[in-house]
Amino acid sequence: MPEPDDRRTPAETGSVGGHRRAHQTARDLERYAGLFAERTRVMRSSAMRDLMAITARPEVISLAGGLPDTSTFPPETFAAQMMRIAHESAAEALQYGPTEGFDAMKAAIRDVMAAEGMSPDPDDVIVTTGGQQALDLIAKTLLDPGDPVICEAPTYPGAVPVFCSYQADAHQVEMDGEGMRIDRLEELLDRLAAAGRRPKFIYSVPSFQNPAGVTLSGERRRRLVALAREREVLVVEDNPYGLLRYDGEPEPPLYQLDGGDYVIYVGTLSKILSPGIRLGWAVAPPPVMEKISLGKQATDLCTSTLTQYFALEYFAESRWREYVESLCSIYRSRRDAMLEALERHFPEPATWTQPQGGLFVWATLPPYIDTSDLLAKALRENVAFVPGAAAYVDGRHGTSSMRLNFSSSTEDQLQEGVRRIGKVIGDQVALYETITGEHPVASPSSPATPDAPSHAEGADADTRELRTPGDVVPLRRRREEI
Amino acid sequence: MRVAVLKGGKSLERQVSLRSAARVEDALAASGHDVVPLDAGADLVHRLKEAGTDVAFIALHGPGGEDGTPQELLEILGIPYTGPGVTACIRCMDKVLAKHLLRAAGVPTPDWVAFNSTAFRELGAADALDEIEQRLGFPLVVKPAAQGSSLGVRFAASPDDVPEALVAAFSYDDRVLLERYVNGRELAVSLLDGEPLPVVEVNPREEDRYNYEARYEIGRTDFVCPADLGDAETHAVQDVARRAWEALGISGFARVDLVLDADSTPQVLEANAIPGLTDTSLLPMAAEAAGLTFEELVERMVSLALRPDPREPARA
Repeated sequence: MPEPDDRRTPAETGSVGGHRRAHQTARDLERYAGLFAERTRVMRSSAMRDLMAITARPEVISLAGGLPDTSTFPPETFAAQMMRIAHESAAEALQYGPTEGFDAMKAAIRDVMAAEGMSPDPDDVIVTTGGQQALDLIAKTLLDPGDPVICEAPTYPGAVPVFCSYQADAHQVEMDGEGMRIDRLEELLDRLAAAGRRPKFIYSVPSFQNPAGVTLSGERRRRLVALAREREVLVVEDNPYGLLRYDGEPEPPLYQLDGGDYVIYVGTLSKILSPGIRLGWAVAPPPVMEKISLGKQATDLCTSTLTQYFALEYFAESRWREYVESLCSIYRSRRDAMLEALERHFPEPATWTQPQGGLFVWATLPPYIDTSDLLAKALRENVAFVPGAAAYVDGRHGTSSMRLNFSSSTEDQLQEGVRRIGKVIGDQVALYETITGEHPVASPSSPATPDAPSHAEGADADTRELRTPGDVVPLRRRREEI
Repeated sequence: MRVAVLKGGKSLERQVSLRSAARVEDALAASGHDVVPLDAGADLVHRLKEAGTDVAFIALHGPGGEDGTPQELLEILGIPYTGPGVTACIRCMDKVLAKHLLRAAGVPTPDWVAFNSTAFRELGAADALDEIEQRLGFPLVVKPAAQGSSLGVRFAASPDDVPEALVAAFSYDDRVLLERYVNGRELAVSLLDGEPLPVVEVNPREEDRYNYEARYEIGRTDFVCPADLGDAETHAVQDVARRAWEALGISGFARVDLVLDADSTPQVLEANAIPGLTDTSLLPMAAEAAGLTFEELVERMVSLALRPDPREPARA
């Protein structure tokens, strides 16, 4: 899934030409505010987002982004591809294209999916402006205000604003080391059913989840697919990282297990080629696809033809798997560097996941540390991470967790960045112990407790006392793990 | 006139500053000024000199912006600047110092106790928490001494909440204060050249208090300006704000935040040397209620900066 870019836009860096109208008196604002659609009420900016903007400073080691490393893409290849497009297909590449994308693009997508054992019918595929648009279009197609949707806890932070803007009633189901707890999911479905409600879909990033870094086990994948069929609920499988596996054996995609009846698949080239070209796709059963396609016409008519041409040139070289392998080898070393640094620098009460692929590690601190506040302190040490609350629909869970990215920093930067974060955590732990005059026992989040009650699921999750972020994703203590 | 707009910087309130500055730049340009936007960084002094600046508009917020730092530099460079002078900025940015000065001047401010982290680490301040809690009562407010926009401010409803609130506040500053929580109406009085503008009342729409998000997002908080107060109350509130202005030695403009308690006594929480000038900020709102457009307000701020009389006694 593409990551919302944290960097400043040119507008923010401030150009002044006097062309922006100074129209913002309080009265003007009230007038505009009166025009806003109801759904904008739940579309939120946040202090966290403002803090994230600071992470773009060059001196900051940012473990906050979700960025793949695009520096390894050969500039000569880029130039040659664009040159060929200019010479051979300039007019076509500059023209509108079909709403669902070029057939050749769909064939390339089929190749990518085949690498994970899937073989979709090209008619079921639509090329989208990044995987993010696929998510948005699926939500647009399926969700009425108030409709329940289910996602993991924590979930992809970029999915939260999508669910919010369609006014979905999002429920989160806790995960453990094997991904989403299917037993908890069943309980939630039962509870919803008892209230006469059926969720429109279950959103999952089953492989190397963003942000938790965990992977749904094979057994649970089968249960999830069976459950979807039995309850006639759709599953949206978002799989941006599936090919970025660094060790262990691949698990079958949900789409493959299900055959495409109840699973809508979302893919992207962002992590295996480039996020800048904004190319993703959705695979859905024909009736759903028809509506998605209509939705896409309304949104942007078609995905950029130019970048589809770019991608086609790239796939024509048929070296894409080599490139993915080279990325995997770089990211594997970086993941190892991060895990080693965590082991060395994070103080005792902290725990974290051990991803077998993807881009992220999810770390959980004692419950008395709020990672949004900790970020302020970390920024003074010129290091950044994503506070865990971003991965929760209500913004109140996950307050003691953080997402750490290892794909877009060098091994030295990872070592140093983790060291700095470890230091600020250590300061806060020591301060807390001094204030309370005790050495707090292991936080509830520390041991993997399969029977830990979920505070993240349930129809009334939003109104509960949510100060127990740790038990959402019980993480292993490091000594047991290494 | 060539006006340099100082903005951004490294502060946690960088984004707020950029939003303030964007409006200011538009207003200055609309009034025919030659606007030089300057994102505060290592080359700031160099660029200020290079630009041939007539006057600097300081739209920086938070530590490093409204704590006297850029003001001191501008003094040295001999460039006039908007807002309060160095000393007043230092006093306003440091909530603890400000409260001492207010109390000494007889301006009501909620009772408080302040600590730095050394007090806990090296002097065993934790052992005094019971006494502090007894004195201040619950709920109490824990806040960093130097930080704006409600960042790091926590409410503690019971003793159990205090350690976590302290850890949060210490994330922003090495010094924090525990303050008695005053239940009442939240008011803000902006002052322009010592004259109070109409009072703004702040009513958060949702259960979340006047937090960062509520501050900067349209429609999250209701603002009433002029506040629905009787003449006597309005006068009392404005009078207290003016006394805070004097106690802190402010010049130019500022915003004083207060709570009108159950006995109708206005209690000053803090004064902001560089109040926000964003879409949802209170100073522009108050100015508008007083009949000043944003352009006029900005023009006035600039002309106050250029006034010949020194804002503070010259330092030898």
